[in-house]
Amino acid sequence: MRLLGEEKRKKRLDRSIKVRSEGLYALSSWGEMAYLIMPRVVLILGLLVLPLILEMYWQRVLCSAGIYALLALGFDFLAEYVGLVCLGGAFFIGAGGYISGLLNAYFGWSPLLSIPIATIVGAVISTLVLLPCLRLRGIYFAIVSFMFPLFSVYIIIALNAFGSTEGISALANLPNIWVEQYLIIGAVILSLFALRRLVIEDIGVIFQSIKDNDQAVKASGINITAYKAKAVFIASLIGCFGGAYLSHLYGWLGLSLFAMDFSILPIAASVMGGMGSLVGPVIGAFILTPLSEALRGFGQLRVVLYCLILIGFMVYKPEGLMNYLERKYHQFEHWERV
Amino acid sequence: MHDESILHVENIRKAFGGIQAVQDVSFSLLKGEILGVIGPNGSGKTTLVNLITGFVRADSGDVFFKKRNITGMPPHKIVNFGLTRTFQVMRPYHSLSAFKNLIVPLNSPRIRRTRSGKLGDRDAVAIDMLEAVGFERDAHVPYKAAGTLPLGYLKRLELARCIALRPDVIICDEIFSGLSMSEITSLIPFLEKLQIEGTTMMMIEHRLRELFKLADRLIVMNFGEKIAEGSPRKVIKNQEVKEAYLGTATS
Repeated sequence: MRLLGEEKRKKRLDRSIKVRSEGLYALSSWGEMAYLIMPRVVLILGLLVLPLILEMYWQRVLCSAGIYALLALGFDFLAEYVGLVCLGGAFFIGAGGYISGLLNAYFGWSPLLSIPIATIVGAVISTLVLLPCLRLRGIYFAIVSFMFPLFSVYIIIALNAFGSTEGISALANLPNIWVEQYLIIGAVILSLFALRRLVIEDIGVIFQSIKDNDQAVKASGINITAYKAKAVFIASLIGCFGGAYLSHLYGWLGLSLFAMDFSILPIAASVMGGMGSLVGPVIGAFILTPLSEALRGFGQLRVVLYCLILIGFMVYKPEGLMNYLERKYHQFEHWERV
Repeated sequence: MHDESILHVENIRKAFGGIQAVQDVSFSLLKGEILGVIGPNGSGKTTLVNLITGFVRADSGDVFFKKRNITGMPPHKIVNFGLTRTFQVMRPYHSLSAFKNLIVPLNSPRIRRTRSGKLGDRDAVAIDMLEAVGFERDAHVPYKAAGTLPLGYLKRLELARCIALRPDVIICDEIFSGLSMSEITSLIPFLEKLQIEGTTMMMIEHRLRELFKLADRLIVMNFGEKIAEGSPRKVIKNQEVKEAYLGTATS
């Protein structure tokens, strides 16, 4: 940055360790090792410590922030690494939540059993439902995926099934608040690092290629629909776990599992946190969810404040928090004479 | 069908709206040859490639590859039989580094089948392949994002993407277009080497001088129809071909 009439300017350079640690690892000291590991350790420890220092009310908020973080992760993964802008987060939550809740309500299965089953079955269902739309690209896929939660709500009302508009209450809860918190935090950390690993594996390279240019992937002998289905399955696994967990967190299942919030807030979190960094959306969700709780006092007005924050980010920091911080972390700057 | 024909196209036809892009074209590609396809702009050459490789569905007609009818099959299946193509408009995976671009074909069922499951160090295989098409191994080039590479490298990358599939047939859609003379002359020996190694090639080309050096036979297209076929020497003497390229004589 240089102001007129000044003979100094700020020079920013990438730290050499950043260059050396991209792809190849040529670390030469514990210091350098720490440099790379520190941000990860801070994030993980931060998440693990949060439940210990929060009050009861905010502990519950933390749990729902975790759910949004999972959805935001899935959204960011699909949008930035596969090229599918999926606005159907609420469908994942609904599918996971309903399956897990129903298994508990009708068969009396404990959450320890119903959550994993709902995660897998829900993901299979979500993938099958989205399968016919995988040929679509860009905005078309986004619109169709946005429809599914709405669609499901009307089907449930029309069939008068699963408790219809009333929902089903008194589902089994998780043993205690500590299990609740650490389960979701564990899931967030696990999904985050699993996805970060996945995107640099071969399958991740193929996903990225599909985003860049699907015709060339076809011409390389790869069935792109099959790979897109795999990606959707991965994202919906994460989302359905969130849903299954949610129904047991509240001990209740109902139409609001398909609420628009689950589709929209993760996008906001991703924009704020920084698209394409995977960790950004998680951080975004852990900022936005408490924020929207804190603004509850403003009633309807909080949506306005909320939008202002979003617009601010889109206009002034479109790269998002995480990408900005990452850049700063890997650079050093100094003033130099012009 | 010839005994040695590897690809056979029969009466293939495609219309886009009212325009007949390809009309009843039939030809055979013989094993081991380089077949050139020439014709003025809009004569249906690229559509013909798209029809053969399954990117566009034919209205009628059949395509046989290694005696198997591949008409109407999805492109990725056709590729796995060993019939690959390059694109006229370069389509690299621009955000991936050049060698990562080759990870995609190396993961195709065709290649996975050949080596038992695990491929070993695919990155090393990919970099070897880039070196084979003329990337400097020790320079930064293989590690640069494909989107930042100059056109000459992109064309090589596109070829490498095909070769990584160990194809029997490569269809090159204007591989020379947009390249400088020196870039072309460095590509030619490479194509010749491919032919010697047993790869059959079909080359769609506007650079006639270079094509005549390489091609064993030529097909000429105009307004979606095949108007001539034969050795390069014979084809350029053909009156209809001259008219297609130079216009009708008005004397």
